[in-house]
Amino acid sequence: MLFRFRDSGVAKKIVERLKEMNLDIRVMHVCGTHQDTLVRFGLDELFSSVGVEVRQGPGCPVCVTTPFEIAQATTLARCGKTVVTFGDMAPVPSVGGSLLDARAEGCDVRIVYSVEEAVKVAKREPQRDVVFFAVGFETTAPTTAAALLSETPPNFYVLSAHRLIPPAMEALLRLGELRIDGFINPGHVSTIIGTTPYERISAKYRVPQVVAGFEPLDMMMGIYMLARQIKEGRCEVENEYSRVVRADGNVKAQNMMREVFSVVDTKWRGLPEIPESGLSLRRSFEEHDASKAFEDELKELLERKAEFKEPTGCRCGEILRGLIYPEECPLFAKRCTPESPVGPCMVSREGSCNIFYKYRRK
Amino acid sequence: MKITMAHGAGGEAMQRLIKNVILKHLSFNPKISVEVALEDLDDSAVVEDIVFTTDAHTVKPLFFPGGDIGVLSVSGTVNDLAVMGAEPLALSSSFVIAEGFPLEDFEKILESMRQTCERAGVPIVTGDTKVVERNALDGMIVTTAGVGRRSESLDRNIAVVRKHREFEGRWLKDSNVQDGDVIIVSGSVGDHGVAILSFREGYGFESEVCSDVKPLNKMIERALQEGGIVAMKDPTRGGLANALNEFAAKSGVGIEIFEDRIPIKEAVRAACEMLGIDALEIGNEGKIVLAVVRECADAILQALRETEEGRDAEIIGYASKGVRGVVMRTSVGGRKIVEPPLGDPVPRIC
Amino acid sequence: MCLAIPAKVLEVHGDRAKVDFGGVKRDVNVTLVDVAVGQYVIVHAGFAIEVIDEEEALETLKLWEEILQLEAEPIQDDS
Repeated sequence: MLFRFRDSGVAKKIVERLKEMNLDIRVMHVCGTHQDTLVRFGLDELFSSVGVEVRQGPGCPVCVTTPFEIAQATTLARCGKTVVTFGDMAPVPSVGGSLLDARAEGCDVRIVYSVEEAVKVAKREPQRDVVFFAVGFETTAPTTAAALLSETPPNFYVLSAHRLIPPAMEALLRLGELRIDGFINPGHVSTIIGTTPYERISAKYRVPQVVAGFEPLDMMMGIYMLARQIKEGRCEVENEYSRVVRADGNVKAQNMMREVFSVVDTKWRGLPEIPESGLSLRRSFEEHDASKAFEDELKELLERKAEFKEPTGCRCGEILRGLIYPEECPLFAKRCTPESPVGPCMVSREGSCNIFYKYRRK
Repeated sequence: MKITMAHGAGGEAMQRLIKNVILKHLSFNPKISVEVALEDLDDSAVVEDIVFTTDAHTVKPLFFPGGDIGVLSVSGTVNDLAVMGAEPLALSSSFVIAEGFPLEDFEKILESMRQTCERAGVPIVTGDTKVVERNALDGMIVTTAGVGRRSESLDRNIAVVRKHREFEGRWLKDSNVQDGDVIIVSGSVGDHGVAILSFREGYGFESEVCSDVKPLNKMIERALQEGGIVAMKDPTRGGLANALNEFAAKSGVGIEIFEDRIPIKEAVRAACEMLGIDALEIGNEGKIVLAVVRECADAILQALRETEEGRDAEIIGYASKGVRGVVMRTSVGGRKIVEPPLGDPVPRIC
Repeated sequence: MCLAIPAKVLEVHGDRAKVDFGGVKRDVNVTLVDVAVGQYVIVHAGFAIEVIDEEEALETLKLWEEILQLEAEPIQDDS
């Protein structure tokens, strides 16, 4: 069943339909996995051949987690804590190197597929302080919450860097001029939060949205439905991924998230601070909150926080809003390269600047 | 700067370490005739017509579905010799064993090595054994080296190639690929990588996927007899993505492949989708990728498919000067750049 | 945002379930959903985050065929 959503016959038909609409539109998705689908199946070229430019917004843990949060994780690793992370964050560089660099220096850094594996490490090795670097959005936050709500050992801690998508979309729309004609919304975040939270954004900012899944046909169909809305001047929230996403989402998961986390203002890499866009552990889970439990280990880092500002000239905010192209950024391919990335668009291996850098060179 | 795991993972980081650090110190021009030298970074070297290679095996776990470090260490070196167009003659094997390693495990590994040597018809003729303190090593490392000589059918193979296009050199080097050559893979990709990943602490899973580890010299000999092969590689660390990029870089020609033609077992595809890993980037220990002259492609494909090891062989694409690097035509018609992996693939959530 | 793929539920034991991703089996946490054996779930980072509505899946495929068939003739483009 999984692979019936990749039949290239339907794909050809969608491309034909899009061609007939002779489009010249620019749409944005806010999801690393949509970017992976775009790049892995080569859809970006397909779409640009039918007049649809797809821009990547701030939506993958690698590109939005700030260098300061990565430095918190490497600092704790160097203080002898066992830092457990998803594979995505391990190679991401920051001031003081990446978690993989810390491991090369002898720190105990482990890579897992699920927060449950982190809890297992803590249970198996009670003498170690185990810190789970909790990144990801509304899809991943409930798994961290579920882990904390089931009994976890006292030596299990969470360094929360979870973020929320709708506030980031609104922040982009509020930042000022935006040359984006519509949004492709992330299917699995929407599996948790449903389609309702997006209604307010369409109404307030007159921008059409389609929630899409992650098979190539899901994304192609999502773009087709979005193009139709733009052509017909509609500004609605449509749901292409109806086999998984329901209007009110997964209420059980939402409740668990609310029980464990409170919403806080937080900084996103390459963007100004976004109000109510981050999750931090509530007081009732304080004894598992790494930022509280290891406050003195992290105190010195807090004083050097200014060091973590993006270098002047970083224009990721404008790239994300579709205002400029990568080469118009002064840092592109000079201070900001795949080996030493600055902003989110270059950090992730599938980020727009990272890809532009590769295509430009190839 | 410190050595990291990425430096040993068969991708870009390892290539940089080899080119900018190792070669800088080790290359000098000797008096003896070296046809394929260290700088070629090929699967084996050729010195005074002797084909020579070495490989260290640090696989974890030591025993995995479909094989063990014993089968792996013999097959790896036999295959590295055979892909040059050489007939493997003899191997050496050096054991470094941790204090406290169970003797019956060591015997099981030796037994696998013997069976694999027999299957390949290549004996181990020399070796060395060392034991290190318990905490200096987890289990055991096996380093094998091997020598080979020119296979009789290599000259005939090159003669067939020359009927269709020019071909310099006397060995199947990675740099021989030219515009129009056809790319063949000898079977499904990713089997070994998934078989190992299923045990990795932190992201294990159950699957019936077995490693494809096996010696391939007999299959390669059969293909050479057919004639028309210009280059061959065993896509081990870094997988097909790394092997094809090496062909493209060393031959200065692009390579275009077709996703639908690449054989991948369903369970391997499912494991890669679950972990967010690309099946083209994970290791194979019982496969080769070949570049062959277009006119001989079908005959070579048939020859491979007649062997047990090559029954799932497929033509997956062709070399083309109209493309730079390695580009894949995806199942829905788009085009994707296939890059050499950075380091070992790790599970991703996004 | 989040890599998650379908898997078929083989067994359920309290808040855990054994699922099959298509030749790959794994033990996953199902506290975020209410699921029964034989259903398909979407699994992210070791957790089932939703039960797939199979009729809806067939609906989607049918809907696509309709949209692509029905609109065989190009829509009047007034812009």
